[in-house]
Amino acid sequence: MPIQLNNVTHTYSQGSAFQATAIRNVTMTIEDGEFIAVIGHTGSGKSTLVQHLNGLLKPTDGQILIDGEDLNGEKTDRRRIRQKVGLVFQYPEYQLFEETVAKDIAFGPKNLGLSDEEIDRRVRRAMAHVHLDYDKYSERSPFELSGGQMRRVAIAGVLAMEPKVLILDEPTAGLDPKGRDSILSMVQELHAQGGVTVIMVSHSMDDVARLATRLIVMSKGEVVATGTPREIFRQVEMMERIHLGVPEAARLCALLRARGVDLPDDLYTPDELRDCLLSKWKEAHPC
Amino acid sequence: MLKNITMGQYYPVDSLVHRLDPRVKIVLAIAFIVAVFMVHTLAGYAVILGFVYMVSRLSNIPFKMLAKGLKPLRFILILTFLLNLFFSGEGTPLVELSFIRITREGLMQAIHYSLRLVFLVMGTSLLTLTTSPIMLSDGIELLLSPLKIIRFPAHELGMMMSIALRFIPTLLEETDKIQKAQMARGADFESGNLLQRAKAMVPLLVPLFVSAFRRAGDLAMAMEARCYHGGEHRTRMRVLKVTKNDWLACAVMAGLILLIVAEGLVLPMVEGIFL
Amino acid sequence: MEERIKVEQVSFTYEEAEDPALTGIDMKVQPGEFVAVLGHNGSGKSTLAKLLNALYIPTQGAVVVCGLDTRDEDKIWDIRQQAGMIFQNPDNQIVATVVKEDVAFGLENLGVPTEEMPGRIESALSAVRMNEFADSAPHMLSGGQKQRVAIAGILAMEPSVIIADEATAMLDPSGRQEVLDTVRRLNRHKGITVVWITHFMEEAAQADRVVVINQGRIARIGTPREVFQHIDEMRDLHLDVPHMTALAAELHKGGMPLPQGILSVDEMAEEVCKLLCPSN
Repeated sequence: MPIQLNNVTHTYSQGSAFQATAIRNVTMTIEDGEFIAVIGHTGSGKSTLVQHLNGLLKPTDGQILIDGEDLNGEKTDRRRIRQKVGLVFQYPEYQLFEETVAKDIAFGPKNLGLSDEEIDRRVRRAMAHVHLDYDKYSERSPFELSGGQMRRVAIAGVLAMEPKVLILDEPTAGLDPKGRDSILSMVQELHAQGGVTVIMVSHSMDDVARLATRLIVMSKGEVVATGTPREIFRQVEMMERIHLGVPEAARLCALLRARGVDLPDDLYTPDELRDCLLSKWKEAHPC
Repeated sequence: MLKNITMGQYYPVDSLVHRLDPRVKIVLAIAFIVAVFMVHTLAGYAVILGFVYMVSRLSNIPFKMLAKGLKPLRFILILTFLLNLFFSGEGTPLVELSFIRITREGLMQAIHYSLRLVFLVMGTSLLTLTTSPIMLSDGIELLLSPLKIIRFPAHELGMMMSIALRFIPTLLEETDKIQKAQMARGADFESGNLLQRAKAMVPLLVPLFVSAFRRAGDLAMAMEARCYHGGEHRTRMRVLKVTKNDWLACAVMAGLILLIVAEGLVLPMVEGIFL
Repeated sequence: MEERIKVEQVSFTYEEAEDPALTGIDMKVQPGEFVAVLGHNGSGKSTLAKLLNALYIPTQGAVVVCGLDTRDEDKIWDIRQQAGMIFQNPDNQIVATVVKEDVAFGLENLGVPTEEMPGRIESALSAVRMNEFADSAPHMLSGGQKQRVAIAGILAMEPSVIIADEATAMLDPSGRQEVLDTVRRLNRHKGITVVWITHFMEEAAQADRVVVINQGRIARIGTPREVFQHIDEMRDLHLDVPHMTALAAELHKGGMPLPQGILSVDEMAEEVCKLLCPSN
């Protein structure tokens, strides 16, 4: 179910004194099975962009095709598309409202008008996806859980819609390292095993370096670069100019190259940098 | 971009009227309402209209803005007019068509009540258009503060009003976000009958309340940490001062009331002579 | 000189809770120090923050701030004036609808004369570089800017300690840096003592000393260099270690004679260069 954007522009409060263009002329295609990271400074239009992908925002100009169908066409059933393209907002735990975890997760499937058995099956599956034990948690109130657990319940609420594309807007914001790692490994599993296309908005260059297959770099409402992490993170200067920076390993690599150490220019993970430095060291000290 | 909306109907320009002490403006607005209720003749309403026009000019507020403020009230206005027209009972009949009976007194009363309503709205609009919400809450707090003797919580009321003003944009933005998040889970806020729509609000209202309570708890702690301990021994950054212009405004209002009273006494006499 | 903050054998149990949130905490903070308290969510680090300015009173032991014991109810407002606190959520600690009025809030509570306020507000706002926003509405500011306003609100009260309770947890990286830089500047130039509670190791790495909290107890105290050397221990506590510290340890294991406890990229580049750069 590829998503295609053609010259999408979104202007808030058009015609008023507060008019502001959040994204401008965005053209791109997202293929099945990709793990895309959207990176950019706050205010670069990332959140506006992802809200277009399931029709919550309508472009003021341009067109979005989902599986070849115009998302904002007159005959398009946007609720059906929202089911295919799940969107997890920032701090999603703030949208929980039901008495029990299971009921909250069931909210989406219920809106789809599914049978009780199907809803139950989906709730169980979604909870398994986010590593919450059904017997232990399904009847608990979501408001009694820890912050990280609440977030997982909220994500399960979107997964229960069984989307083909999962969009996450800064899913680790505000979490500590443990909470962050558990959310990220869960997303990684969904992508690798569940065959879900993932689009993740993130501020952490180190996280996206580790997870994404492709990066979309945004600045001031425009897509300024797109490519694999290796292609993007070798452009240290460009990334620093738009105040994003690169993973620490890539920066170290650039610093060492500038001082004459002969390293490839596209290293960006600590592991490959380690191997490269060690082989250099052994070359120089062959004892 | 909900956070860009303007708060209340404050019209942020500079003018003589904007700069008046909010306490004085609140008192004057009440006095104006009293004046409107004292009017009994059409000539009196002409005086009031002249006054409103003059104040709107002095406030740099287009008269059109004031008139626009009446738009939401148009149904109530029409209803008031019709009710008084048809159901005012005895009097000199003007029109009599089977069950419809319009009397001269009925017509006068209909005009009367409708004009009263119009000027009440215009008068209070002038207050809110020229006074920012925060100044308004300051003014109310200070006007009520003498009541502290009878343990009326004037300071607390003022603090509540200003915190509410501070959090309205934040909560509006949050509402928008939660609404979108639930829509992403297939929620439908737009269709269905009244009951269905009310039920559809639950997934929006529960998180909003939970969040409001969380914010209230956080804010209470942050205020305590900044040494907030109620209104006692508290000083204020904004100190309101009554100036010469404020006294002048009071004098003008007194003049208006005198004029209305005089006109109410004199005109009937004149009418008595001629009719 | 006497220490700014003295925490002696402090335990704290929440009402209705069975287990204590903090047990046997002992620590001292010297004047002018920048101390980071590092721990994962639920480790008890926020509870510790709230004990430091008398929002909570220890169940056992004593907390003494600037010579004032928090158990002394008459001194509560003096303690809170001396030890200002900024909180996690930038939205939930701003009281007023205009920036300068929010900065005035603490002064009004302290009963500072009206004539004195404008000067103190202005210098507090310029210390956090927010002068130009004095008349702005807080909800139009970015997260980092809101936190700087909150800091100004505390600065105006002329405290000797600032306690930041996860003040950067909800900010983006640039907002985080902007708030941390502001507080570090105040620490260096105005000598304000800082207790910086966080779960971000890269922030703790910039402190003079790090206190690692786990399950309500102090797991380790030391300079960032000392603390982060214990890579496995930190990972067991579900905390990160700076990437460069970890990389240095792995290179060391592989035979490169690098010093332990490297924290930053620049430091790392320097040390690697000593071994590999062509001119050496």
